[in-house]
Formats: sequence, C-alpha cells, structure tokens
Amino acid sequence: MKTESLEQRFQDRIDREERIEPKDWMPEKYRKTLIRQISQHAHSEIVGMLPEGNWITRAPSLRRKAALLAKVQDEAGHGLYLYAAAETLGISRDEMIEQLHDGTAKYSNIFNYPTLTWADMGTIGWLVDGAAIMNQVPLCRCSYGPYARAMVRVCKEESFHQRQGFEILLTLSRGNREQREMLQESVNRWWWPSMMMFGPNDADSPHSQQSMAWKIKRFSNDELRQKFVDVCVEQAKILNVTIPDRDLKWNEERGHYDFGKIDWDEFWRVVKGDGPCNRQRLKARIDAHENGAWVRDAAMAFAKKQSERKQAQKIAS
Amino acid sequence: MINQEWPLWEIFIRSRNGLSHKHVGSLHAADAEMAMSNARDVYTRRSEGISIWVVESSKIVASNPEDQGPLFEPAANKVYRHPTFYDLPDGLEHM
Ligand SMILES: [Fe+2]
Ligand SMILES: [Fe+2]
Repeated sequence: MKTESLEQRFQDRIDREERIEPKDWMPEKYRKTLIRQISQHAHSEIVGMLPEGNWITRAPSLRRKAALLAKVQDEAGHGLYLYAAAETLGISRDEMIEQLHDGTAKYSNIFNYPTLTWADMGTIGWLVDGAAIMNQVPLCRCSYGPYARAMVRVCKEESFHQRQGFEILLTLSRGNREQREMLQESVNRWWWPSMMMFGPNDADSPHSQQSMAWKIKRFSNDELRQKFVDVCVEQAKILNVTIPDRDLKWNEERGHYDFGKIDWDEFWRVVKGDGPCNRQRLKARIDAHENGAWVRDAAMAFAKKQSERKQAQKIAS
Repeated sequence: MINQEWPLWEIFIRSRNGLSHKHVGSLHAADAEMAMSNARDVYTRRSEGISIWVVESSKIVASNPEDQGPLFEPAANKVYRHPTFYDLPDGLEHM
C-alpha cells in the first residue's frame, strides 16, 4: 500500500476519535512529535522535583512536610508513567535520559526559576500545578492511547498538588504582615513564568496546527492561557493577593480578562539555557544519574547471580 | 560499569476482590522482586489495589494489528451466536 493512502487511513481513524495503539501503523512524524512531547513532559516531572525538594527539610510543620514529600513523590511517579508511554514508541529510557543530559531534549522552563521562600511551595502548587493541570486535562483525550492513559493517572493525582499549595497560601494570607508580604512577593515572581508555561503565542507556534489535526493537542496555547488567567483572577481574590499585571482588566465584550504582554525575550533566553537555575538543575540530574550508576549495576549483577543460582539448583535436582 | 538497562515489566493490579487484574502500566526493574516493590510504590500509593501481578514485557506474546482482519472478522458474520438473532414471540417470558 502507498504511504499516501496509509496516511489518509490514519487520519480517518483520528477523525473518528479512534485511539492509536503502539503497534498500529503511524506516520513517522506523528511518532517523532509524540516522542519529543512525551519525553520532554517526563523530564519536566523529574526536574520539577528539584525546586520543591529544596524545601522538604525546611517545611514549617510535620503536616506540611508529609504533604510536600508526597507531592514530590507523585511527580517522580508522573515522570515514570510518561517515560513508559514514550518507550512504547520505540525509544529507550537510556536514550531519553541521554537527550536530557546533553541538552537535546528540553524540560518545562518554569523549573529554571529558584524557590527562595516557603511561600514558593504554595505558589508552585497554585500556579505551576494549576497551569500544568490546564495543559494536562485535555491530554487525557489525546489520540495516542498510552499517553492518554498516563495522563488520566497524572490528572487524578494533580488535584491534591494544587489544593495543598493553595492551602499554604491561604494560611499565609491570614497571617501577619510579614507572611502576607511573603505571599505577594512570591506571586510577583511566579506569575509571568507560569503564564509562559502555555508556550508561545499561537501565531508563533508552527507545529501546533499539525498537533491539533492529529488530536495530540485539543486546545491552542492562547486558549489555555486565557482560561488560566480567568480562573486565577477569581482565585487571587480569595487570597487577597494582587496579580502583577497592570493591564489585567475584565473585557465585557469578550467575556474574558484582558492581560498584559508576555516578555518573550526572557522566555527564549531561559529556554536557551540562560535562566537563573538552568545549569544547577541539569547538573543535579546528571550527578544523580552518574552517582546512581553503581546501584543500577549492582542490582543487575545481583539479579543475574540469583537467576543463575536458581538454574543450577534446577539442574542439580 | 555494565551500563545495561533494567528489563521492562508490565504491571497488573486487582483493585478489589471480585474484579480481575487490570493492566495499569509498566516499569523497569532488575528482577521480579524489585518489579513488585516498585509496582507497589508507583501504582498503589493511594490504595488502588490489593493484589499485583508483574510480568516481564518480553514474555508477552501480542497479536499483530495487521492481522486484525483474519483474526477477528470471522466473528462478525456469525450473528447466530447472539441471543437477539432468534425470532420469538413477545409473550414468551423467563427466557
Ligand atoms: Fe506532575
Ligand atoms: Fe504536580
């Protein structure tokens, strides 16, 4: 069969909302797009543990510590579900890790910003997990089965992340002046990087259209960003916190909030490696991987020895 | 350094008695014991299960999507395997 008609049949399946499974025929570009997106998503979950891991030992109470620890552990799980989903497309785990470490694969830009205060744990839960959820919920209906199924698990677990973050901020908002200032200062730093999590404007996002046609993506970057703004403005009122955007204004005609311009120069600078923490994050990952090599090797050697011993016993008896 | 990737395992979980084990995902582990304890940590952190199966992925034999026609189409024209195929009067009860 000609590739052309294979591709047409593939698109027909997508249009009928059929799910694509690992062994099904798919265009090479569909496979490559998914490998890139899923592996970068996985890397984001793993690198994303670093900024929050930074505060586990300094959480202000046992309750907060247990919650933060559970959240960070969840993110490790998310990374794992996603790596496994990407592996079904024919890339190995080692290859993906290598791409992260040599810089060919990216992870979410947001994790290149530092966590300076305890309030950042709350803001990350509220805004960063909030933005992630907005991105991830439509992915539960992604055309690629293993990715969609992984996202269902991830989304189930995410909601506690956002709620625990909001609770941290709520406590600060009801605290003394210093605590309220800490809350505002943290939101000031995280608001714009969170807005950038939805990616470039639609006009500057050339691959988006193909991803929409393949039903990998269901909503455009700008649509999701608008939804995020509309939701956050209302939530900010409960926290008594000001969103650091002077152009933020309800637009009666559109039925949405208008908002200010995003500093895309900063975005691209951080993507290209010059954010506040890029080097530190990557180094932490590479160190962890290299320092763990002997553990992985020892486990393999042990497993091999055990199975050889079992084999020998079988022969002897 | 051996630098060899741990094998892949498929994880199946029974969420409660009375239900069958269901595939939930996969993970890498050096051996069955490690696959089991990783599966517990990764897939049952919120009491999602009471029983786990781990199967090395390479041991699974799967049908090929290209064979879907020859494998499954013969069943499509055997409508007489379904109870609705049979014409029976409306008044007939308990059947
Ligand atoms: Fe996550
Ligand atoms: Fe999360």
